[in-house]
Amino acid sequence: MSKQMTGAEMVVNALKDQGVDTVFGYPGGAVLPIYDALFQQDFVQHVLVRHEQGAAHAAEGYARSTGKVGVLLVTSGPGATNAITGLTDALLDSIPLVCLTGQVPTHLIGSDAFQECDTVGITRHCTKHNYLVRSIEDLPRILHEAFYVARSGRPGPVVVDLPKDIQFATGMYSVQQNVQHKTYQPRLKGDADKIRQAVDMMAAAKKPVFYTGGGVINAGPLASELLRELVKLTNFPVTSTLMGLGAYPASGENWLGMLGMHGTYEANNAMHDCDLMIAVGSRFDDRITGRLDAFSPGSKKIHIDIDPSSINKNVKVDLPIIGDCAHVLEDMVRLWRSQDRKVDQTALGEWWTQINQWRERNSLGFHNSKEVIKPQHAVQRLYELTKDRDTYITTEVGQHQMWAAQHYHFEEPNRWMTSGGLGTMGYGLPAAIGVQMAHPESLVIDIAGEASILMNIQEMSTAKQYKLPVKIFILNNEYMGMVRQWQELLHGGRYSSSYSEALPDFVKLAEAYGAHGIRCSDPADLDRAIQEMIDYPGAVIFDCVVAKEENCYPMIPSGKAHNEMILLDLSDDAGLEIGSIIDEKGKMLV
Amino acid sequence: MNAIAALSPYSSSAGKANSERHTLSVLVDNEPGVLARVVGLFSGRGYNIESLTVAEIAHVERWSRITIVTTGSPAAIEQIGHQLERIVPIHKVVDLTLEGRAIERELAMIKVRGKGENRVEALRLAEAFKAKVIDATLESFVFEITGSPKKIDDFVELMRPLGLVELSRTGVAAIVRGPDAS
Repeated sequence: MSKQMTGAEMVVNALKDQGVDTVFGYPGGAVLPIYDALFQQDFVQHVLVRHEQGAAHAAEGYARSTGKVGVLLVTSGPGATNAITGLTDALLDSIPLVCLTGQVPTHLIGSDAFQECDTVGITRHCTKHNYLVRSIEDLPRILHEAFYVARSGRPGPVVVDLPKDIQFATGMYSVQQNVQHKTYQPRLKGDADKIRQAVDMMAAAKKPVFYTGGGVINAGPLASELLRELVKLTNFPVTSTLMGLGAYPASGENWLGMLGMHGTYEANNAMHDCDLMIAVGSRFDDRITGRLDAFSPGSKKIHIDIDPSSINKNVKVDLPIIGDCAHVLEDMVRLWRSQDRKVDQTALGEWWTQINQWRERNSLGFHNSKEVIKPQHAVQRLYELTKDRDTYITTEVGQHQMWAAQHYHFEEPNRWMTSGGLGTMGYGLPAAIGVQMAHPESLVIDIAGEASILMNIQEMSTAKQYKLPVKIFILNNEYMGMVRQWQELLHGGRYSSSYSEALPDFVKLAEAYGAHGIRCSDPADLDRAIQEMIDYPGAVIFDCVVAKEENCYPMIPSGKAHNEMILLDLSDDAGLEIGSIIDEKGKMLV
Repeated sequence: MNAIAALSPYSSSAGKANSERHTLSVLVDNEPGVLARVVGLFSGRGYNIESLTVAEIAHVERWSRITIVTTGSPAAIEQIGHQLERIVPIHKVVDLTLEGRAIERELAMIKVRGKGENRVEALRLAEAFKAKVIDATLESFVFEITGSPKKIDDFVELMRPLGLVELSRTGVAAIVRGPDAS
């Protein structure tokens, strides 16, 4: 049914027709007509953020925790440029977003008008696709197409730039169902021959490993179920990237933990020594591969990915399968079942023996302390005290993020929101706000660092305004910890600008924002303090004062191979850590 | 100390060796910004553009063909193709060099200024190369020449000592031989 309405009303109607119930945004001159249209309806809730970057991350958190498209609405010029970091973040982590930006009226475009910027030009490189709407007739199609492009294939951010005169103009709007883009039609089904070959290779494998990534999460909950089923059928070990945590449960017997730069000893060694790698929705990122010419030298590699450009980009693979993870995994499971395929039990048994020896190294171990809270211990306690609840975790970026990935364990997909590809400090708090909006009854915790949290701390006001009980768990070591760690390991301990000077009093800061502040520095008091945070009905900033110079291990130093990890020497009761990875090669386990 | 920092840790050495020249034919929707997307992809990801031509080829459908000559290792060329395919308004990317049977042509206009024997020689060479005179004064010619990029290179080199003043080339347009579309 067609209806006449203004451009601004079309925007709001399209949001409604796309099932969007929440929009994160910030008003300004060039989007006032849309804000006016939002004001006159109550289907779409607008969440007023305090900075447009926050809107983008909140939309990401919303998208990643629900599997739906996240939407943000910002004004022209600075509104759009402030959103850029979030858009880039979503591009690198393949998060579906639609970003509606206001623009100066079409007749002023190009005149350096007030709050004008070339939004489509600027965002061309940090979006999957973008549009400048030039006529009201195009608007309904573009709005629905934007959602289609954002969520189809490899998801990503899409910008729709809306000149103010278009928002005022009237035209015909009709609900567009099943938008088919004329050129963009990603392939979902994998090639049947290749899937057959993959199953053959898996049945013949002696030292196989599943290497799964964010693509499994993006493919929906079904993909995670199918992955679990395939792992069960084959009894192959499984590891995952940072983005893929939760697709296979951390309590699963075949779970090796995360791989990569701060991955476990068993995961990285399994990757290095395997004879068959089955990459599912993962992209051979440099944090994963380490030194490329020493990456898993003896293995055949199967790569399942919806994006053909991920194939052979960094690592040459033997069998690429283009398709959606869920579709391909489904075919693999069916084929494995119907042909009653069997694995090489003897070889697999030996492989597991080897893996269990690596596991015994306890690479995530650390020297705990009774005097000072160790950050790993803090995350472990947080996990133990929240694991039986309906919990979502977001993080900022740095050491705390890696400790969260290592020591917080995920049983389900969509429970873990972190900035992987771009590594955006300031992601966690707005993302938590987005998650909490989507899951008002759940426990949402931002595991943060004291430096990262300050990058978008203004969003505490948003939490306050919408009564969002987000919990910010700051591992406060008074350093940009990962920077400090690299400076220790690679730059002679010259801590150039990495000390977090002049920190605010986080407890008072919480109170200033109308939230509850907790500080804890005593390991003996930690559980009680965490419980206090969980039990508090509103937003909490938890200042967890932790050991200042703790390093995040294990670690594959950049430029090293998977089997050249630095591991903490756990046998040494004095708790000495490896001071220099270059000079003390003897301490590097090979 | 900086053994690790000095080593570019993730760069693939495979990318540098055995560089090949490939001609890519890219069918796109002729919408605003599509050329910027293509060019931005090449600059953003550090790929080479040796030649680029673009023109609308179907007015009703609003399709344009972009022909790009690029150089890189076979792996890089494969990656360029896939990255182009990710651009939403792109219909199709064909590597004409892999197809093997492509014809490439380029048009150039060449202004040569001279008198006496140089002028006569320029005209003689132009005839030999089947170049047309499209503008003439008492002391200059503008030649139009069509052919492979190599042929145009050769002609330009010959004109240089005879008084070449200015040169304008269209870049390469290409199509596969035979009855079928690429």
